[in-house]
Amino acid sequence: MARWKIFGGVHPEYHKELAERRPIEVMPLPGRLIVHFAQNLGTAPKPIVEKGNTVKRGQVIGEPQGFISVPIHAPTSGTVQAIDVFPHPVGADMPAAVIIPDGKDEWAHGLDVERDASAFDAEKIIAAVRDAGLVGMGGAAFPTHVKLSSPREKPIDLLIVNGAECEPYLTADHRLMLEKPREIVEGASYLAKALGVSNVIIAIERNKRDAAESIRTEIIKRRGYSVEMLQITYPQGAERQLIFSLTGRRVPTGGLPMDVGVLVQNVATSFAAHEAIRFNRPLIERVVCVSGRGVRTPKNLLVRIGTTFGDVIAFCGGELDSGKVIGGGPMMGVAQYSLNAPVTKGTSGIVLLRQDEVAQFVGDACIRCGRCVRACPMQLNPSLLSVLVERLHFDDAERHHVLDCIECGCCAYLCPSRRPMVHHFRRAKAEIRSTQAKAI
Amino acid sequence: MVTSVLTALIALASLALVLSLILGLVARAFAVSIDAKVAEIEGALPGAYCGGCGLPGCSELARRIAEGRASVDSCPGGGDEVAKKIAAIMGARFTGGSVRKVALVLCGGSEQAAAKRFHYNGIKDCTSATILFGGDKACQYDCMGLGTCAGVCPVDAIRMLPNGLPEIDPMKCTACNKCVLACPKNIIKLVPINRRVHVLCCSHDKAARVRAICKVGCIACVKCVKAAPEGAITMENNLAIVDYGAELPDAVAAVCPMDTIVVRDLEAGGTRQEELETVAGGGR
Repeated sequence: MARWKIFGGVHPEYHKELAERRPIEVMPLPGRLIVHFAQNLGTAPKPIVEKGNTVKRGQVIGEPQGFISVPIHAPTSGTVQAIDVFPHPVGADMPAAVIIPDGKDEWAHGLDVERDASAFDAEKIIAAVRDAGLVGMGGAAFPTHVKLSSPREKPIDLLIVNGAECEPYLTADHRLMLEKPREIVEGASYLAKALGVSNVIIAIERNKRDAAESIRTEIIKRRGYSVEMLQITYPQGAERQLIFSLTGRRVPTGGLPMDVGVLVQNVATSFAAHEAIRFNRPLIERVVCVSGRGVRTPKNLLVRIGTTFGDVIAFCGGELDSGKVIGGGPMMGVAQYSLNAPVTKGTSGIVLLRQDEVAQFVGDACIRCGRCVRACPMQLNPSLLSVLVERLHFDDAERHHVLDCIECGCCAYLCPSRRPMVHHFRRAKAEIRSTQAKAI
Repeated sequence: MVTSVLTALIALASLALVLSLILGLVARAFAVSIDAKVAEIEGALPGAYCGGCGLPGCSELARRIAEGRASVDSCPGGGDEVAKKIAAIMGARFTGGSVRKVALVLCGGSEQAAAKRFHYNGIKDCTSATILFGGDKACQYDCMGLGTCAGVCPVDAIRMLPNGLPEIDPMKCTACNKCVLACPKNIIKLVPINRRVHVLCCSHDKAARVRAICKVGCIACVKCVKAAPEGAITMENNLAIVDYGAELPDAVAAVCPMDTIVVRDLEAGGTRQEELETVAGGGR
């Protein structure tokens, strides 16, 4: 049981019941795949295929640029129809490869073969993770190998595998923990080996007792492994909040979890690490939860990276009076304007809200009620910050730690004036970063 | 009685002597040499601290000019007048020649001309809007039309037209550069006021895409490049770029099939008659 209670947070309606009892289904290959090159935080990989090339499943089509970058692989065998600009689920339109599957789904040479991974040392594991294009699959898509290569002066003594899944609606990690517990734990063991740590905590929110049971049966024989149950609060699964509630350690402002000797990886990343290290399978598919009242049949799907939202939704029976399609969960996800946006490595869910669930607001003036102050899990003062940003006082906002905002959206969720808080803070962050960049 | 007065006098006098000696020594040891030119140049500068030169203020610019790290005409707000004064102080020769510059929005993507991808109802600010998928306009180089430039203009030279584009009054503009820096799409440029032919587009997209999303975008057809004198207009990455150093006849604008190239008499106020009419007809 987690000992420390996180500060603030909110309790939105979870609606996990829509999809949590639906086993993971393998979605058949769609007619075309749109594979974005920019799928990781940091530098986007450089395309190395051209229009007309044939590719094999798992073949590298984008080469990493620099350290904070991972390769991109073809999700199936087929032909590259075009390299063009397409909508991206979280950002501006970006270049992507359009791949028309040939239906054979042939692996490239040397991939999908079982290896004796027990002999792998840390260096080999990190290389395998990098070559497989692994990124944090909880949403941020930060390259996993970078996290694993922590500097020597910052030793890590604890690996936390994050199965909190505190976003409403989403059940992808829940189903994965139920159905693939052995793979998740084995994947975690490789990551632990790469870091040289013996303590591993698999952290799960209390509303997923069945998932905890299934993981527990897998860790009985492993020393140093434990399953911890977490309070049901949003954002319990946010990195800093998770670390605090499990260990009482506070990640310093501007710092990283490694500053307090912890590394956090998502359960889906852990599963992908197992696939990459044990079977030499690059990250070309992931579990996506399609949920919400706006879709006919909510499902948990194993989807190839590059499948468009439109194809995924069609496979789930289509839209049902939907008013909004969100990439990710409803708290931190991004409303989509085009169903041509494809599933990326960081897409954990697609949530469709009905028209009567979607409201358009115009933000009003702050009434200083202080609800956001009580709710902010980073213990910032969102009300003051939003007013400062509105008045373009970005340096003051920086002094009040706007850069520490984790964009969880608790403040905006509670605001009776319906102020676009997170949008304000994201703007402030962008302005402060561009000023910093100019100063250098 | 007399001795005690004398003692006090002598004591105080010697104390004063010693202290003044220390003061004198310290003043010599820690003396800051001030270039007289810096103060003089600062006096010649407008002193508005507008930030247009890109430095923290007039005193910093004065220092750099005195050290020879900035040219005498570095103050965009001051223009030729100030440059001449500073040149005199520096003993340099200023031949004039720098024409006054004014800011111009190099985009014609009004509400009517440019397609939108989605309806944006967030914060009324261009930078904020850019954070969401790069903005609501289909063209990633398009003016967002939310008036961030108008908000930062210190001389109130920018107003938002009903068609969603900002209009900069060349008579009021001091070329302080603030709008140029504030625009998240980087489509405001400083241009010499005596130049009349402008390409109002910043899109590097290919022709097919430009045609699909904008009625007035540059499609890189090269007609203007051929019509213009050698080198006056060049094609860079699907976009016609005007070399403001070269002479360009007004007739070049007529060859543009997309009406991207316009003739604007900035010295006379800038707005074309037809544009005024569209604005008037555009629901004022």
